[in-house]
Formats: sequence, structure tokens, C-alpha cells
Amino acid sequence: MLRWASHSLILLLAAPILLGTLIASLPAFGYFPPLGSTEFSLAAWRDLFEVPGLTRSVLISLISGVLTPLIALILVFLYLASATGSKLDLWIRRLVSPLLSFPHAAAAFGLAFLIAPSGLLSRILSPGLTGWERPPDLLIVNDTWGLSLLFGLIIKEVPFLLLMSLAALPQLQTKQRVEVARTLGYRPTVAWLKVIAPSLYPLIRLPVIAVIVFASATVDVALILGPTLPPTLSVRVLAWFNDADLNLRFLAAAGALLQLGTSMLAIAIWLVLEKLAAILWKFWLGTGNRDRGENLASAIGRSAMPAVLIVVAGSLLALLINAFAGVWRFPSAVPTDWTIQHWLNSLANLATPLFNTIVISVSSTLLALLLVIATLESERLSGNKKSTAIWLLYLPLLVPQLVFLFGFIVMTEFAGWQPNMSLVIFGHLLFVLPYVFLSFSEAYRQLDPRWSQVASTLGASQFKSFWRIRIPLLLAPCLTAVAIGMAISISLFLPTQLLGAGRITTITSEAVSLTSGASRNLISVWAIVQLSLPMLGFMAALFIPKLVWRNRRGMQETR
Amino acid sequence: MSDSVLKLNNVCISLDDKRLLEIDCSVGPGEILTVMGPSGSGKSSLLAYIAGFLAPAFTPSGSVLINGNDICALPAERRRIGLLFQDPLLFPHLSVGGNLRFAIAENTKDKKRLIQQGLVEIGLAGFDNRDSGTLSGGQASRVALLRLLLSSPSAVLLDEPFSKLDTQLRQEIRTLVFDKLRASGLPTILVTHDEADATAAGGEIHTLS
Amino acid sequence: MAQLRAPFPIIRMFLLFVLMSLSSQTAAQAIEVSDWPALEQQARGKTVYFNAWGGEPRINSYLNWAAELLEQRFDINLQHVKVADTAEAVSKIIAERQAGNDSNGSIDLLWINGENFAALKENKLLFGPWVEEQPNFGLVNADRFPEMREDFTVPTDGLESPWTRSQLVFYHDSQWLEEPPKTIEEILAWSTANPGEFTYPRPPAFLGSTFLKQAILELSDQDPALYAPVTDAEFERITTALWNYLDALHPTLLRGGRYFPNSAAELRRLMGDGETSLAMAFNPNEALLSVRTGELPASVRTYVLQGGTIGNVSFLAIPYNAQHKAAAMIAANFLLSTEAQARASDPNHMGSTTVISVEDLDADARLEFDNVTADLAAASQEALSHKLQEPHPSWTPALERAWIQRYSAR
Repeated sequence: MLRWASHSLILLLAAPILLGTLIASLPAFGYFPPLGSTEFSLAAWRDLFEVPGLTRSVLISLISGVLTPLIALILVFLYLASATGSKLDLWIRRLVSPLLSFPHAAAAFGLAFLIAPSGLLSRILSPGLTGWERPPDLLIVNDTWGLSLLFGLIIKEVPFLLLMSLAALPQLQTKQRVEVARTLGYRPTVAWLKVIAPSLYPLIRLPVIAVIVFASATVDVALILGPTLPPTLSVRVLAWFNDADLNLRFLAAAGALLQLGTSMLAIAIWLVLEKLAAILWKFWLGTGNRDRGENLASAIGRSAMPAVLIVVAGSLLALLINAFAGVWRFPSAVPTDWTIQHWLNSLANLATPLFNTIVISVSSTLLALLLVIATLESERLSGNKKSTAIWLLYLPLLVPQLVFLFGFIVMTEFAGWQPNMSLVIFGHLLFVLPYVFLSFSEAYRQLDPRWSQVASTLGASQFKSFWRIRIPLLLAPCLTAVAIGMAISISLFLPTQLLGAGRITTITSEAVSLTSGASRNLISVWAIVQLSLPMLGFMAALFIPKLVWRNRRGMQETR
Repeated sequence: MSDSVLKLNNVCISLDDKRLLEIDCSVGPGEILTVMGPSGSGKSSLLAYIAGFLAPAFTPSGSVLINGNDICALPAERRRIGLLFQDPLLFPHLSVGGNLRFAIAENTKDKKRLIQQGLVEIGLAGFDNRDSGTLSGGQASRVALLRLLLSSPSAVLLDEPFSKLDTQLRQEIRTLVFDKLRASGLPTILVTHDEADATAAGGEIHTLS
Repeated sequence: MAQLRAPFPIIRMFLLFVLMSLSSQTAAQAIEVSDWPALEQQARGKTVYFNAWGGEPRINSYLNWAAELLEQRFDINLQHVKVADTAEAVSKIIAERQAGNDSNGSIDLLWINGENFAALKENKLLFGPWVEEQPNFGLVNADRFPEMREDFTVPTDGLESPWTRSQLVFYHDSQWLEEPPKTIEEILAWSTANPGEFTYPRPPAFLGSTFLKQAILELSDQDPALYAPVTDAEFERITTALWNYLDALHPTLLRGGRYFPNSAAELRRLMGDGETSLAMAFNPNEALLSVRTGELPASVRTYVLQGGTIGNVSFLAIPYNAQHKAAAMIAANFLLSTEAQARASDPNHMGSTTVISVEDLDADARLEFDNVTADLAAASQEALSHKLQEPHPSWTPALERAWIQRYSAR
């Protein structure tokens, strides 16, 4: 029964993605009955290639898609290579999960407020260091080549890749291998890069590909930080989809397919880079060189994570100051007066989105958790054969959201379904599932099998053994997975926007739609609410086990 | 007191066409069969097979009977076979009393009295609300033994349960375990590579190659 | 029943089935627009999905207030569905018609004007006429103010009810710019001499489109072709001057024209931060409201261009397939009431310009409206009286598309 549940449910979740992608492509070739069009036609593609600036849009998406993981990965690896085991490392490990929960949109806003010409950084440095009495006329945020976008994406993805790496490292006997290399004369950073990196990379390849897809197809971060003349491809596709002129649907469908192709191309380029890197590494390993590059690599590595943390802290600070700022003229570093008026103004508007956000994130995460536990338990009971259907779980991360959600919408419009809460929860479930699985599966699979065996020998049924022994022992990782799941759901923009059709608003969907209209102060208020929610989740994940197990020494974290 | 008989009928365990072990014997009530052999000789897989946890990679043959009933068809939790591991493996999220309670069958009356009585017998009176994570090695081993006995098994398997104890404690615990098992009339199989254990067990010794 | 355009029999049957089940659920209640008490009864307990632009928090808060009162007095649940652009709502209605959804529309009330209204009216997608049956309609004195019955030269035909007035105004920060440019040509001259001090929102944001219309009206001396439906030939002829103008203007703008702000709110921010010294707005009170909240410095002054600026009225309309038409009408009537209009015009709340003819009210009621005249940052009533009429609605999308084509990618 368990096996049936987990398998058919995984398929049920993968089906919308595959189906959605298929259906999204139909209008691209002329098939869209609601508009009366049923003949195969390439008109949409002709229109697409006549769109001004298309090449630039695609190029920017491509560049973000490849450079984001590249730079983020380099920073993460250099960090792991140079700082593992140090005091800094302990701190970073504690901060990684909460860092991850900083929603994209809030992080992007904060960054924008930090680095803009009239932003926090500029105000701190002026007029003292810069002599500026008025902000300089510099195009930083929304710059034409997407550098701010790239920067924002990297800052967001470094913690993600770090977390994935940390999850994978324990399987590699890192400490021993590096020690062996060091006894052979290799400097520490170089040693790690030579003996661990090549083994670590294959284990995190899937998350890296997820980063490529996200970076090349993101809508919310691109709306906030990306170029506008022209915008990235994904932003344009969304605009075409929402346009009053329904004939643009064909164009939007073609655009969505082009986006899919662009993301796939980015992945292909990455795979080529992988091969190149493999060749390079082999060569490097063969030289026997033991210390070239140590100092540089170590310097970059040690400063990488602190740098990221400083930027994130700066962004957070920018948000906090703006949320309570009264009058704040350039170039003063701090506001002339403080106020809570912005919060009071927002209270009434916050109520419904907040309620919706909580309902949606709790429902989708708990559902996801149930499915994940069912899958993991059935896997365990069938002899720990990793079922092949599991990679289907990762599908939502490998196909651009825009593409299959688009198809999904077309399906619902055709069937006459009204946007409602269950559709949105289902959409969120699709994205929360992989993350809950990723974060919980290690802990679940690594749980000493002898616990269950002891329980069995004491006569406990599978049911009793599962609920009274397995689950309580996994309380902490379980709560962490729930916190991560909720954080993901809270940060989702497109699924809420498209599946809820503007009727179902969450904190994130409201915040992003405020980008074009509201003042920095209001946006900051929303961003802060947006990022506090996951933080609450993580605090709960941290403190509830401590509370529940306060009298159990054996349950305290052993690290 | 139990008076079950544990019979191993031509039990054979192979791994990838390589025969690991062959054994055919019978263990009477209160008897202790010692199985010895170097690492990799399959001792633990024998216990795993009897308890019901043998990994699919192994190919077993033969049957295991308790009082004439073939238990190989039963799932692990219905076999009524107690198992002591190298580590006491007391559930860290339960108190000492909680661990013991877990072992007692559902509809037993007056579990509290059973637990308290049992604790007195192993010299740990009043420990029922203690955090199992605060016990010393010896104390934990004793509780593990009591837990096993409270589950009313028909047979007991010992997987090198004394190997992590220091010499003096080892003797003390060993004596306790063997005395209790003999007194309760349970057929026992002991797996070990320690000669002293085998001698103290005082039963048949089967050596694996 | 709408025409079903599905070729395959099975799909047709399915759509038929869906339609039948939909229409049986919402048995079309006869809407008798002249029987106001009956409408009030029908409206009780209903929800009105009011699709309105959500980019201005003041408006959102005002609508929250309106919702509370509608709940208390009429048992109507007003839901403000925030749209980024009214065009989205229009496309939704069109899509619903295409799908054969004639009585279960997702929009009950719509804040609309201009080309969006023209599109819906032309395609017969609006319910009505109902507007002049409203008890409060008399307050606008439509005989004296014909713009209450006309939307960008297109007659409203009782299909949309007036809600707010707007007029394009400019404002400048007098600490950096004392004598602001008074015409479109002067703006170019000044911006060339002082680059990076000015910018306008990116079309199709309506403020940006309005700037284009203002520019083209001035550059072409209010060419009559602008008040007739657009044709390709006329478009070519008249817009040449506009593109020449913009080609010269853009490099002198903030960020060299490589980035355009998204909205009026962003323009305010840019001035508040000292990045620009000239900006524009569609709400004559916008600058003074912002000075009061501290968003803009007290040195800001509002003014109107010499030849007059574009002004218009925006309206509330009900789609043909709205589920709760009676409740929508009650809501619209309430928003037209003296109480609602007074609060809307109050700078502490929405700060918009009322559509009610204030002079026709009695002395007490008039007091509620008199709250901005003495403010330094406000434009004088005299200046505001120089209004230019909006061009024909077909010009707006044409201008927007052409702008996007020319300037989206550099």
C-alpha cells in the first residue's frame, strides 16, 4: 500500500510538468482552440524572431545561466577547500540553512537598496569619501548587461550549493583523504581541490543543474535586478502572456519554448565545461605540483563566504532601515527620523496575504513531507533499492517554471477551472517536494538501521517501530525539512501569480507586484515580513527539538 | 520459564556463489551455543538470518525451527527472537523505564510492577525515570538485557555483546547475562571471537573457517 | 449562448456540458436597473471582485476603507483584486468570452478608461446601460461637465460610471531647479543643457504613455487627426516629429535613457533622493501629498505646462459576464457618494480629484472637500483649468507599440 502510494503519487506530480510543457508548446505551433486556431503554423515563430532585442534577451539569460553556477561553485569549492574545520566554518554551517531561507525577492530588493546610486552603500560613503551631494547618474541596478542580476543570483545560490555540498561531503571521508594528501606533501587547499573536489562534484551535479535552470529562467529576481531595455527572455514571455491582446498567446508560447531551449542550451554549455574541467583536472593532478595556487585559492576561499555574508547582512540592513525610515535625504547615512507609519499603513493589506501564505506553505509542506516519508519508508522496506522513479521528483527543478506553469494555465482555462487555493497549493507542492526530499532523505537513510532491528526483536510491529522509534529519532531533521519546505513555498512567485490569477495573494506575490509601484519603504516592510516567516520556521526547527529532548542527553546534537 | 528448543537445519549462507558458512545443530533450553570465527566469516550474517534481517545480497538455505515451527516465513517482529548487539542501543529518546515499557507486550497488566521488579533484579532499583543517555556502559548493558527479557523471547542471539566493555566489567556483565539466560531456560546463540566468552558460555562451540 | 468554436465533437460536447452546468448554477437573475431598492436587496451577501490598479498604496488603503463600509451598510464583500495593468483584466474578459463563460466572470467591477474601455465597448463586453440610474449620478452634474459622459472622445453610453479625475502635472525641486521648462520643446532644451535630471516612465505604463500623448499634442499643435481613429498614414505623418524629439531627448535623460522608471511612484522616489529635479504625475495632488509624508522635500512645486496638459476622467464599469452585477452597481454608487468622494479627495487618504461638482453642494458638504488649496506645493486651480483633451483611444496602443519597437533594445 505504501509502495503504491509513493510511486503513483510521484508520477502524479511529474505528469503535470511533462504535460504542462507539452501543452505550452501547442500554441507555439498554431494550436489554440479558445482563439479558434487549430492549424499548424509557424507564424508565432516568425513573430518571435522579429521581436526587437530578442538576441540580447536570450544572451543575458544564457550568460546568467552559465556564469551563476560557475562563479558560485568556484566560491563554494574554494571555501570548503580552505576553511573546513576552522572556527569560521562552524559559524557558517549554522548560518547556511537560515541563509537559504532568505526568499529570492526579499534578497533581491535588499541588494537593490544596497548597491543603487542612492542606496545604502552610496549614502554611507557620501559625501565623505565620494564628494557626492546628489546621487551619481550610474546605471547599477537594472544595468543593460545583467551584471546586477548576476551578482544577485550568485549571492543567492552560494548558500544553496554550500548546503548541498555539506550534505554530500560526509560520504567522502573528507578528513582522512585530505590528511593522506597532506602527508604526501600537498598544501591543504590544493589537497582538497585535488582529492575531494572531483569526487564531490558528481554528487552535487543535480543541484547545479537546478541552479542553471533557475538562473536562466528566473522572473522575480529579473524583474527586480535585471535589465529592462530589453528585459530577460523570461520577463518578456510573462509580459506577452499577460497582454490584453490574446493573439500574443502564440508569441508567448513560442517564447516559452525558446526559454526552454535557452535553459537546455545553458545546460549543454555547462556539460561541455564539465568535460573541459575534467581534462584540466586530470592534467593538474598529474603534474604532482603541491603548492602552486595555494595562497590565492586560500585567500579567495576564506573571504568568499564572509563576503557573501556581508552582502546579505548589508541587504538585510538596507531593508530594515528603509522599513522604519521617515525622512531620509541623500546623502545622510541614516534617516533623519524614524517612523512605524509604513508598518501601520501596511497592516490592513498584510492580513489576507499573510494568512494565505501560511495556509499554503503549511499545507504544501505537510503534504510533501507525507509523500516523502511514504517514499523513503517504502524504499527502505523494499530493501533499500533506490527506486528509479525518484529522479522524477527533481523535474520541477529541471524545467523552467514559466514553461510548464504556462501549459498548466492553458489547461485550466480550457477546462473552465477558476483559480482557487487547491490549485495554488498543488503548484507549490510540486516545488516544495524536491527540497523536502533532498533535505530529509539523507537523515532518513542514514538512521542507524539497528534501531529498527532492535525494535523488531522486541516484538514491535512495523507500524509501532516506525511511529515510536524512527520518527521521534528523526524529529530534528524532520522539522528542518519542514522549515526548508515552508521557506521554499513562501518564496515562490510564479506559481502563486499564475495559478491564483491574482485572486490568491501571498506575501511574495504582493511584494513583487509592488516593485513597479510602491515606495522603497513599503517594499521593505513587505520584504521583511516575507523573510521573517521562514526565519520563524527555522527557529522552531532549532528550538522545538531542544525543548522536547531537554531531558535526553542522547538526543542532543553531536557535533 | 521457557523451555524452547532452537534448531538450525542445514543452514547455509552464501554470498555471490561463495559459501560463507554451514551449520546444523540444535540448542536446548538454557543452553548456549557459541559460534566463533575470524572477521568476514559470516557470523553476523547467521544471526541476521535467524532474526530476519538478512540483506538481499546473501543467499540462504536451510531452515530455522523453534519448537518445531519454521520461523523463516515470519517477519522479524513476529519471530520472538531477542538480540543483543555490541552497543546496548537503548533508545535515546526514551527513559530507562520507557525503553523497558517498549518491550513489554501490549495487553500485559501492571507493566509498572514488572519494570520495577526487573530493575531491582539487575541492581538498578529506582532507575525507571532516568535518561537512558546518562547511564554508564555497564548500567546500559544491564538495562539492554532486562529489556530483552521483558519482551518474552523464545530464543536469544548475542552478537559480541561484551566486546566494547573493559575487562572487569566484561566478566561481571557476562556472568549476569549467562546466569539470567540459563535461569530463564532460553536457547541462546553467542557469536564472539573471544575465547574467554566461549569458555564462560560452557556450551557447544562451533567454529567457522 | 456564445459561439463555440471547437472542431472536434467530443470537445464541443465537453464545453457544452461545462457551459450547461455553469449556467444552471447561476440562474441569471433579472437585473432591473431602475429598481434601486430591489438591487440593494439582490446585492446582499454578495462578493464584488473589483479589479483595480494596485500600484498605489494610498488607493489600496482607501479601498480597504470602502470595503469595510460596504460590508457594514450593504452586506457587500468588496475584494480589491490588484492588477498591474488594466489591460490584463481586459484580456481576462476576452478570454472568458472565448471560453464561452458568459455568466461566471471572475471580474465584477473594473477601474477603467481610454483604450481599454474602447476595446470592451466595441466588443460588447460591458453590462449596461446602468450608470445614470444611480441615485448619486446627479452629483457629477454631467450636463455642465460633458467629460463625465465621454471617455477619450468615445461616448460612455451609460456603460461606465465616473470615479476620479486626473490631470497631467509636472513638479520640480526648486532647490536644484528654480525656473522649470514650460513647454515640451523647452524641456528638451533644458534637459540637453542639464543631462540626467529628468526622465519619464516606460510605456506602456499609463503615465509614460500620457507623456507621449502630451508631447505629440504639443509638437503637432493638437492636430485634429489625433481626435479621430488612427490610420497608418496619419500615424506616420504625425509621429515623425515625436520620434525626432525623443531621439534627441533620450541621451540627455537620467541613465542616458538606458533605463526608464516603471511608475509615478518611482519618479517620486528619484526626486526624493535628489537624482532628478523634474518629474510628472497624473494626480495634481501627488507632489503635495508626498511633501506631507516627507517623501519629497518641502522645496517641491507643482505646475502645469503653458499650453495646458491632458486631463481625463476614469470610470468604473461592469463586465457583461459579471456574477454579481447588482452588488457591483451598489458599490459603484457608493464610491460616487459625497462621503466616499470627500474621503478620496482628502490628502490624508487618497488625495485624488473628485468627479462631483463641489460648487453644487450645500455649504456643509463643501467643507469636506476644501482641503488643499493653500498648500505651497499644489498647483493653482487656475493653472489646472488649462486642460487638453485626450486623443482618440486608438492612438494610445499605437504609440505604445511604436515606442516599444523603437526603444526597447538599444
